[in-house]
Amino acid sequence: MSEPEGRGKHSVARPDPKDPKTAQLPAVQHLVVRYAKRGKMRFASHRDVARVFERGVRRAGLPIAYSAGFTPHPRISYAGGAPTGVASEAEYLTLALTSREAAAQVRERLNATLPDGIDVIAVMDKGGLGGDLPPGEDWQRPDALEASRWRVVLPGVEPAAAERAVAGFLALSEAPVERLTDKGVRRLDARAAVVTLDVLGPADPDDGLRGVVTGVQDCAILRMVVLHAAPAVRPDDVLTSLRERHGLVPSSPPITTRLAQGSLALLAGTSVL
Amino acid sequence: MPVESVYPALEPLLPRVRKPIQYVGGEVGSVVKDWEGADVRWALCYPDAYEVGLPNQGVQILYEVLNERDGVLAERTYTVWPDLEALMREHGVPQFTVDAHRPVSAFDVLGVSFATEMAYTNLLTVLDLACIPLFSSERTVAHPLVIAGGHAAFNPEPIADFLDAVVLGDGEQAVLAITDLIRDWKGAGQPGGRDGLLLRLARVAYVPRFYDVSYYSDGRISNVTPNRQGVPPSVSKHTVTDLDAWPYPRRPIVPVAETVHERYSVEIFRGCTRGCRFCQAGMITRPVRERSITTIGSMVAGGITASGFDEVGLLSLSSADHSEINEIAVDLADCYQGTNVGLSLPSTRVDAFNVTLANELSRNGRRSGLTFAPEGGSERMRKVINKVVTEEDLLRTVTTAYASGWRQVKLYFMCGLPTETDADVLAVAQLARRVIAAGREASGRRDIRCTVSIGGFVPKPHTPFQWAAQCAPEVVDARLRALGGALRADRAYGKAIGFRYHDGQPGLIEGLLSRGDRRVGRVILAAWRDGARFDGWSEYFSFGRWVRCAESALATEPVDLAWYTTRERDYSEVLPWDHLDAGLDRDWLWQDWQDSIAPEGAGEVEDCRWTPCYECGVCSAMGTEIQVGPTGERLDGKRLLPVVGART
Repeated sequence: MSEPEGRGKHSVARPDPKDPKTAQLPAVQHLVVRYAKRGKMRFASHRDVARVFERGVRRAGLPIAYSAGFTPHPRISYAGGAPTGVASEAEYLTLALTSREAAAQVRERLNATLPDGIDVIAVMDKGGLGGDLPPGEDWQRPDALEASRWRVVLPGVEPAAAERAVAGFLALSEAPVERLTDKGVRRLDARAAVVTLDVLGPADPDDGLRGVVTGVQDCAILRMVVLHAAPAVRPDDVLTSLRERHGLVPSSPPITTRLAQGSLALLAGTSVL
Repeated sequence: MPVESVYPALEPLLPRVRKPIQYVGGEVGSVVKDWEGADVRWALCYPDAYEVGLPNQGVQILYEVLNERDGVLAERTYTVWPDLEALMREHGVPQFTVDAHRPVSAFDVLGVSFATEMAYTNLLTVLDLACIPLFSSERTVAHPLVIAGGHAAFNPEPIADFLDAVVLGDGEQAVLAITDLIRDWKGAGQPGGRDGLLLRLARVAYVPRFYDVSYYSDGRISNVTPNRQGVPPSVSKHTVTDLDAWPYPRRPIVPVAETVHERYSVEIFRGCTRGCRFCQAGMITRPVRERSITTIGSMVAGGITASGFDEVGLLSLSSADHSEINEIAVDLADCYQGTNVGLSLPSTRVDAFNVTLANELSRNGRRSGLTFAPEGGSERMRKVINKVVTEEDLLRTVTTAYASGWRQVKLYFMCGLPTETDADVLAVAQLARRVIAAGREASGRRDIRCTVSIGGFVPKPHTPFQWAAQCAPEVVDARLRALGGALRADRAYGKAIGFRYHDGQPGLIEGLLSRGDRRVGRVILAAWRDGARFDGWSEYFSFGRWVRCAESALATEPVDLAWYTTRERDYSEVLPWDHLDAGLDRDWLWQDWQDSIAPEGAGEVEDCRWTPCYECGVCSAMGTEIQVGPTGERLDGKRLLPVVGART
């Protein structure tokens, strides 16, 4: 073809890190950002989310620090993101800035420019390097993100049927499942990573929120706390076991939301639907 | 009538497809307007995957131009990948816009932008999923108008039966004129029904069904004539004459998904009069119209701020030819010095000045790759295509590049050009060796590289080569194999030379679709029904399918695939696009074709930017004139350009 697609036709140049004239400014402040991935944006992958934040911090005019190297990148570190298709109320990242900014203002400036559905919930000043945050707020501490609490909406499933399947699952000593990944089929034990798992009952004070939260009346809602094990077990793997071993099949794809991340001690606290 | 979002029906399908983010919209820069508040509604379609379609400048410009108007609404739609297509069919989800997930069938207009003919089958997928009858003749007032635009639409005949109208040339003013026509027609109670609207449209656009095509018994066209009163015998292109008055896109759409271009692009001028004989873009976009340095500066500043992109592309067909390109490069480089914003230029002519320019844009930068497009391997070949560059010029240019610290030079070529022999293609290998030898000497390093990229030439309508026989794919492939062999066999330089090529077969089908007439529509329909999708993608393209479908669909005709592609046309033959006027004088094109293949060597055509007009015919036919600077203005970095992500 005369003009094949994808010809890398642009000549691009980037700063040279070896040149002292173009060295990057040092970071003087680290901000921990807790953000949500909601609605349509739950279909963003973590690479998509990274693109959103890189451009978002530039649009917001934040003094983001850049990495050294041949292709300088904005210095944003990401905690392991919720999988593509999974919503979250508790994603974390850290911004490195070259001049100090007020945390509350950063939150406002980001929310004014990020696409709807990538919403900043809180910004916490970690201070300079080695600065301190209360336990549980700094995801970069060892063991800070031990586990996640998830909510899974199963459209078209009777709560009673879900109760039976969950009881069956919890009684297992192990629940081997397979997951198709880019690298082939992976075998995991879904049971080992599950700390708690229950079905939202009609007596639950949160039950009135069912329709509001899910947009679906005819459904069962699972709640679970799952350890961040290696290899990672996702709520999806638990659902695979519930489907294969206990016959729990929703009428359309489940809608999964990460509600919280943190240490086990922290997640043992009260649950919000 | 309220229009429901199809999103609730689409959402359950998304977890089951690859890269679902491309279907959800919500990008920064996208617009959702109130449906009831608009009286004319456009669905703008780029008939390829979102990742290719989203960055398209044409769609982004028209989207913004239309949405800025009160009472007008525009949303975008792209071709869905086959995984989602299958699920949409299974679950009855129609073609939707990504902005508000409204069904495409609810809009007044479906505007489709064709950058390439290889997207024709994707048009049929879009129409079919939208529940719009494939044939214009089967549509009623209840269906959207299907209007095509873009470069490929300069010969829309192969898809004429599927289109209601075609806009030739620049779209900015044309879409507004069409909007007004539709509003008036709706306001007046839809007089004359769909035909009434098409008759009104025939004043500003080409309406294929108002023209009859008749053929000689040997298959050639005998004539194309209007079949209604008030329909002009030929239709002219639209030309925007003041680019500063149309500074779009101002608020580029910033995708969440990964796309093929991740930069903010500013068109620094439109049109090109270099006169490269193979280049359709350079012929149909005449005359040259520059955007002024000050408008470019404010677009760059605004676009970077609005998008957060970290790269700016200075687009045009030959960017170094802008009368103030030096000032633009120096001033932008000044403005962005000490930031992490990169500046880029599309591939350039082989010219040492372009290296200076690239050096300026990459000031303080690491010089990775520089791209040139000599297009022809031998000097003789480059004369034939009117891209007159001597080997000396080329070596001087790349030597300057390597000496300025650029590590890699990419060279683009075409194979299968008129009068080409094996020797012309093998000359590329010789050239690449000399490039490396000169580069090693100039830079004193051995780690420099040269990448040769080469694809088959496809003759295009409205160019001097529109009469040429396309080279058979077997010949193209044999020459490419020989070239690859020659490059690999070279011990001293082989490892420093990269080789990338495109097979000849897809080019032959592109040739069929480029120079085809209305009978080719049957081939397209047959191929689509047989499963043809995303023909521009090598993983989907099937040459065998197209050959088979061309045979069956043209079985009753005196013409075949070879007749459309590898056959040379003569002066007297009526070409399928002769009634579509890009302004080029047919006799001038013919003379240029004859000059290119003259036995005594090709004649050269100079550029009317700098030499007297050579009477290509465009300006007199279209009432336009070239618009070039210099304006004498300069960019004030402190005032214009906010600095984000400053470095020391």
